[in-house]
Amino acid sequence: MSESRVPEEEEGTVLFRVPLPKDLGALRELAPLIIKHHYEIDYIHSYAQDSPFFAGLANKRLLGTRCGNCNYTYATPRAHCMECGGPCDWVDLPQEGQIHTFTVCYYGSEAFLKETPFILALIEFPGVDTLFLTRVVGLDPQASSLDWIGMAVKAKFRRLSTFRPTDVYFVPIGT
Amino acid sequence: MRPVYAVSGGVSKFARARPELDFRGMVKEAYDYALTDLHLTPQRAREIVDGTICSYFSDHFTRQLKAGSMVQDYLGLCPKPGKRIEGGGATGGLAVQSGWEAVASGRFDICVVYGFETMSRVNTWKGNEFIALASDTNFDYPVGGFYSGYYAMMVVRHMKEFGTTVDQMALVSVKNHRNALHNPYAQKRRQITIEDVRRAEMVAWPLTMLDICVMSDGAAALILCSEDGLNTLHKATGHTPLPAKITGVGGGLDAMRMADRPHGEVILLPHEKPEDYRGLNYPGVHSFRAGRTAAKAAYQMAGITNPLEELDFIELHDAYTSSEIQTYEDMGLCRYGEGGKFVESGTPFMPAVDYGYHFPEQGRIPINPSGGLIACGHPVGATGIMQGVFALWQLQGSIHTHFGSDVLQVKNARRGAIHSHAGTGTYVVISILEKGE
Repeated sequence: MSESRVPEEEEGTVLFRVPLPKDLGALRELAPLIIKHHYEIDYIHSYAQDSPFFAGLANKRLLGTRCGNCNYTYATPRAHCMECGGPCDWVDLPQEGQIHTFTVCYYGSEAFLKETPFILALIEFPGVDTLFLTRVVGLDPQASSLDWIGMAVKAKFRRLSTFRPTDVYFVPIGT
Repeated sequence: MRPVYAVSGGVSKFARARPELDFRGMVKEAYDYALTDLHLTPQRAREIVDGTICSYFSDHFTRQLKAGSMVQDYLGLCPKPGKRIEGGGATGGLAVQSGWEAVASGRFDICVVYGFETMSRVNTWKGNEFIALASDTNFDYPVGGFYSGYYAMMVVRHMKEFGTTVDQMALVSVKNHRNALHNPYAQKRRQITIEDVRRAEMVAWPLTMLDICVMSDGAAALILCSEDGLNTLHKATGHTPLPAKITGVGGGLDAMRMADRPHGEVILLPHEKPEDYRGLNYPGVHSFRAGRTAAKAAYQMAGITNPLEELDFIELHDAYTSSEIQTYEDMGLCRYGEGGKFVESGTPFMPAVDYGYHFPEQGRIPINPSGGLIACGHPVGATGIMQGVFALWQLQGSIHTHFGSDVLQVKNARRGAIHSHAGTGTYVVISILEKGE
């Protein structure tokens, strides 16, 4: 299908001068001047108490935490238990689980637009009380259906770690 | 605690972009409207307003820290006290409750709650990124941070658990866009069909462009008073204000990461029984525990035991058609799992508006008579305050004055609720307003 309009760009034009009317009263009618300015920053971010999770991914281990006090087990780790406040210990999670729910993102934040369409899913693991957010690879995004819920999936790890949670992703078992 | 009344409000038109006014100018527009409605001049207001609450969500959109103090000086309200409130999508509703606290405690007799957002300052996809920064930036944001994706996952589980359908969700969009045809403040005013919603571009399966609210520039202001404040206003203007009393406030929070939500027992409202929910794991990701917690507290304070029977309308936070359906359930208008059937029955539609569909129980309790976020737009810091303004106008019976038509006036509205909700149900607040005696 051919588009019947020219695509909009945000480049604009560099404008150095703008005329003013002689009558300053007319300035109330001046169209707003809109400028573009760039903003960029590098943060020095510490994963702090979450760090072992990312170190785990670099070693092909999916680490969660378990409360030493009440045994509540977190698929997405936290150093202290939400249920009882006790300190948690690091534990290996099963690397196989099921899709608890999912979506296919056809759009996204600017940072991820170029990766669309991608499948986001929450994974549940046997014996684990909470879920884990991840991408699922190896399913046809166009074929999304509620039947995907409950599908058995397993973890895969990037060989070259980026120390981001996307160092792990899940694929259907059997692929 | 002292009784607190809402007496006046204003909304600065919500639009895709308002380049002709910055956040100060938009709040000024809303504030001046609220003053005019009270027959109060800005000079006199300067003397009798005790303090303010400022509401805006994102320092990324604003890129002007302490924007609240700039609004305060622009309104001519310096050196009076004020503070900024932030709580994601619920920022506006939280600000209204903060204003309530300031008046109920005796600190202020007249409090102005104002809020805004200027989301047009970046492109839509950068805006989505800013919003997604309101998810865990270690574990959630980097995986594909996108709020529509998060809500899509929540409703997919709701569909699986309860059989909710995309057509039921589309009906929410039909209702809210159609209602907005009669609301001049709304950003998107259209008559659409279920098919239009389903044919719209897919954003995050199964949510399409017409299942999702848009980004907006806009502002709103709401003036709250004690009984002494009402007398002061009367003396200052010679007019008796038409107040609505805030009779209930409730709030709740939930874990930032959806992945961390527990799978336990339903928190019951007074009209529900444990056997209603045998075998249901709650809230999981299909329901909003914070919303239920907020409802329970607000109803208890207002003496409501059956919300469907005892509320005349609700302005609720429909950032997504799906979350409107989920919120019917959290607020106890129907049982968990029945939200889809609830909209299909016509219960939340306006009784006398023609939506192009036949409903067996049309208009029993109008939900989002204004058009909600889906049609009005969602300039985050203004949204919850806008709901307060629209609820006040409903209870005053003044919709005709402000909207230029009576179509959206809920007849004999005596008690209404406003509901404000932040990302995936992390913060939810509900306030109950009642027609003043």
